[in-house]
Amino acid sequence: LESSNLRAIMRVLVGVKRVIDYAVKVRVAGDKSGVELSNVKMSMNPFCEIAVEEAIRLKEKKIATEVIAVSVGPKQAQEQIRTALAMGCDRGVHVTTDLRLDQELQPLAVAKLLKEVVLNEEPDMVILGKQSIDGDCAQTGPMLAALLNWPQGTFASKVTMSDDLSSVEVERETDNGTEVIDLKMPALITADLRLNEPRYATLPNIMKAKKKKIQSIDAASMGVNLEPGYQVTGVNEPAARAAGIKVETVDDLLDKLRNEASCIP
Amino acid sequence: EASLDTFLEITMSLGLLRSVGSVARRSFPRNLTHANASTLVIAEHDNSTLSPSTLSVVTAASKLGEVDILVAGFNCEAVSSQAAAVAGVGNIITGNDAGLETGLAENFSRAVVAAAKSKGYSHVMAPSSNFTKNYLPRVAIELDSAPMTDVIEILGEDTFVRPMYAGNSLATIKSQDSVKLLSIRTTAFDKCADSGGSAEMEDLVLEGTCDAGLSAFKSASASESERPDLTAASVVVSGGRGMKSGENFGMLEELADKLGGAVGASRAAVDAGYVPNELQVGQTGKVVAPDLYIAVGISGAIQHLSGMKDSKTIVAINKDAEAPIFQVADYGLVQDLFNAVPEISSKV
Repeated sequence: LESSNLRAIMRVLVGVKRVIDYAVKVRVAGDKSGVELSNVKMSMNPFCEIAVEEAIRLKEKKIATEVIAVSVGPKQAQEQIRTALAMGCDRGVHVTTDLRLDQELQPLAVAKLLKEVVLNEEPDMVILGKQSIDGDCAQTGPMLAALLNWPQGTFASKVTMSDDLSSVEVERETDNGTEVIDLKMPALITADLRLNEPRYATLPNIMKAKKKKIQSIDAASMGVNLEPGYQVTGVNEPAARAAGIKVETVDDLLDKLRNEASCIP
Repeated sequence: EASLDTFLEITMSLGLLRSVGSVARRSFPRNLTHANASTLVIAEHDNSTLSPSTLSVVTAASKLGEVDILVAGFNCEAVSSQAAAVAGVGNIITGNDAGLETGLAENFSRAVVAAAKSKGYSHVMAPSSNFTKNYLPRVAIELDSAPMTDVIEILGEDTFVRPMYAGNSLATIKSQDSVKLLSIRTTAFDKCADSGGSAEMEDLVLEGTCDAGLSAFKSASASESERPDLTAASVVVSGGRGMKSGENFGMLEELADKLGGAVGASRAAVDAGYVPNELQVGQTGKVVAPDLYIAVGISGAIQHLSGMKDSKTIVAINKDAEAPIFQVADYGLVQDLFNAVPEISSKV
């Protein structure tokens, strides 16, 4: 990489998504149009928390000078941006939309919106979660990288910047182990569970976060096609399993497995 | 006017036939063939062996019509030969380039895009895996198509079912895209036969190298195990936080070996460092659906159930009688696992 492409400072953009809290047992709406979103506890997507933590750690190591948290979502998504600010991000960008984030606004559109934010903010690195726990798509990160023609380090479990900040080494989780790859900067990373342990925002930091700036942009004004590539035409609950039984002893268990379920010899 | 009437009548009867067909699809699950569907299946492999997950994708693809397979890699002729033997496949397209050797997403997506465009396929399908999740979204950008992750059912050329919210909702989706990109949950489709086929071989014409010059592979470490692959095993023995240490997983390995099964783990066990991440079963790990799933010391969080609740028979061993895992278990044993597991091992 040409040294002229290097900055004295490194700016990191980190994405956060508002989703139904991971501990909530979701319910399918009566009209089968989707899962029930009203009166349900919402939180930051757990993988986004890991992404935020990693970005803040880069700042604490004096590698990054500014960390910008971006979220695409309804006005309430400000809460998740505030959480990111309380964890240590410097400022926020809120791309506002009323489209449902779990089925109407799909990763392809989100990636195109984020591309516009990247072109505007010119970060050197973008960190997202590997997937959101509502849509379970795992697409936005690589899509954004492709739109920017950046390299990607998905499912990252370790991120190490080179001394001259011209490249980043990423250890990533694969289907049968791990691999290490080297990415030219600027680069996009998606966080896997093992990347780090996110911190809790302390009360003083929550208070400080209230003073940090959040810029708001209407998604509809960004010149991006927000139409979904596929329509959700119906949502159903999965078939319930038949009730099981409790057995008293190992012998009872093995008898059932041999003679009732016939799944062991 | 008569001919217009005839035309309308035929159109209506066709429409009627179609809706009857879709209502009755469960009676004819293997044949939804539409005139223009042709699917490119992206083979998963390590340059020498075709992964069994690819066979499940061929089954899914053949519900719609003709199936070709792309084998993109480096010096991967052996994989192409194996793919050519897969039953019911028309063409094997081999993309051979040094840039494809390690499957870097920036490079691999180029070969997939080239192959998808080469014959104007209506569908591109791949097994839902970390490997596919890495490159397929990049392909989607080139084709401006919205990929559908983890498809578990194919209802027609443009209509599919996919789980959301850790499998707690099943969405029926209808794609508007001209090229439909799907990753297939392989546990939802039987593997097709890996012999008896006689596909035609052809080479993918690549314009220049597939090395995008953005990234470089440095090293890989894979867990070496004699046990069957977790996602393909007919028996899975999984441990959770209740195992208390990595050493104690030896107990589960012994039981798995006796049953010819694989060992899995909950996120809690992975987070605690007992076992490596690739053993994780759940929403963000692997999805398994074996004949027998034995959950040992696993409470049964939503995220874990998502990865195993389609198993045929589920056994839970946990000393906490209130653990949620007992709600999905066919057979529950409320006992200290440190007594129960060795006893089971000694008796099977």
